[in-house]
Amino acid sequence: MNEFIGSMNITAKGCNLYYGDFHALKDINIEIPEKQVTALIGPSGCGKSTFLKIFNRMNDLVEGCRIEGEYHIGGIDIFDKETDVNILRKNVGMVFQKPNPFPMSIYDNIAFAPRTFGITKKSKLDEIVEQSLRRASIWDEVKDRLRKNALGMSGGQQQRLCIARSLAASPKVLLMDEPTSALDPISTGKIEELMEELKKDLTIVIVTHNMQQATRIADKTAFFLLGELVEYGNTDDIFTSPRDERTERYITGRFG
Amino acid sequence: MRKIYYALKYVCIAALVISLVALLAVVAYVLINGLDKLSFHLVFGEYDPNMPTLLPALVGTLQLIGVAAIIAIPIGVASAIFLVEYTNNKGKFVKIVQVAAETLAGIPSIVYGLFGYLIFVVAFGWGYSIIGGGITLAIMILPTIVRSTQESLLSVQGGLREGAYALGTSKVRTIFRIVLPSAAGGIVTAIILAIGRVVSESAVLILTIGMVVNKVPETLMSPGTSLALDIYYFASHGYPNEAAATAVVLLVFVILLNLLAGWIGNMIKKSTYGDAK
Ligand SMILES: Nc1ncnc2c1ncn2[C@@H]1O[C@H](COP(=O)(O)OP(=O)(O)OP(=O)(O)O)[C@@H](O)[C@H]1O
Ligand SMILES: [Mg+2]
Repeated sequence: MNEFIGSMNITAKGCNLYYGDFHALKDINIEIPEKQVTALIGPSGCGKSTFLKIFNRMNDLVEGCRIEGEYHIGGIDIFDKETDVNILRKNVGMVFQKPNPFPMSIYDNIAFAPRTFGITKKSKLDEIVEQSLRRASIWDEVKDRLRKNALGMSGGQQQRLCIARSLAASPKVLLMDEPTSALDPISTGKIEELMEELKKDLTIVIVTHNMQQATRIADKTAFFLLGELVEYGNTDDIFTSPRDERTERYITGRFG
Repeated sequence: MRKIYYALKYVCIAALVISLVALLAVVAYVLINGLDKLSFHLVFGEYDPNMPTLLPALVGTLQLIGVAAIIAIPIGVASAIFLVEYTNNKGKFVKIVQVAAETLAGIPSIVYGLFGYLIFVVAFGWGYSIIGGGITLAIMILPTIVRSTQESLLSVQGGLREGAYALGTSKVRTIFRIVLPSAAGGIVTAIILAIGRVVSESAVLILTIGMVVNKVPETLMSPGTSLALDIYYFASHGYPNEAAATAVVLLVFVILLNLLAGWIGNMIKKSTYGDAK
């Protein structure tokens, strides 16, 4: 089974994460709804990236990282012995802060994941490549240079290429860790519009340091502080009438 | 103060000139003394007692490169992959290997020669043989290949590995499709430099392949000679000009090797970057 099916709600129950002796995430419980954008905000070092990386198990690669708790995506226990981590990652895509295109052609970048999962027919690959690039709204910019090296693109284009590369694996969830923090406002705008489109089919979780960005794109917002989930709710509520005083201080820029 | 700076500049220029002159002097000396003896016959002709030729050395050198490369490249590259990709380049085991590799790389080559002599010539009873010399050279260049391959692998940006894993790519596919192609340029350069050491080595070979200059080796078990050994042989047997001519051939050999390195490096880049089509 290569595909996750059904609803793509994400749940974390009793989440505790340790890097060696360091208690990085403390007793977090959250339910992230499908086909919406959820923003994770909070000061630097509070554990947003750490939390995000649980859901595609990228923390498995970190030595000395220990995770407690129960995590489900669409009803699938992601740490279950039966769950193949590569299938999980195929279904839960990730976009990193720094664009990381592979040093190969634009086409080969996008075709990478489909090829990994056994698609070799050229017509099928062509179709996936075009469709993924269109969904990441970069098709028009690159359609004449698909065989060119992806490293020759601008930073904003590279980031949208990386989004397209994730989409080519046909994920059900997209995790984005500060995807626009290295980009100019125009590229940022493009990526925000794109997320509006993508959330029709995908559950999106995005880490951002930019409050305006959170208010523009996120349906739900979670505020983290020192490894704790302080407050979680509808973005409007969080930003207009936060229940916790620490949330209020943070969003009004008075600490962090 | 200003004057000191100026003086410093001229001291540096003088130092540069001295090193360039020394280098050019070596090349010029070799060319002047050797060019006149350099002929098609000297390089490729049949050997006769009055007129030495390099054919046995050319064949021997290529065979030594072949044997050393076939053994050292796969083992060296695979070890480096294991150390960097499978142990995270950390831990006690890696430390030990690291120290061992550094120590081995620092041992004078005559010691490797002695080892090869005692093992292959004496203990195995092979006598002097190309294969014994080739294996000894492989052992000698192995630490260098491991070290520089490690460096090349470590210099591949972590983001690329993460990016591949995040797409559900297995470790093996990540290594072969992402990490190795990105590191290939550095690895190839390292290998070619190591082969350069094979070409220029003489101490090891005196003790292992026997310096038989007048006969093309029939099999890898035969004794033989190499270009570097021939220089020694000619110079010590009263043929200084033939020695210089051999040096010219060796120089050309090394230059060709470097050009080859550049060419292969470019080919790899092209195929990695997918710009060919
Ligand atoms: N691999 C690791 N080993 C040990 N500690 C780590 C590791 N990665 C992160 N940490 C620590 O865990 C805490 C949370 O880090 P994390 O990267 O999740 O923060 P963040 O909220 O994403 O910060 P930023 O906004 O700066 O990206 C920090 O104190 C950090 O130092
Ligand atoms: Mg972070």
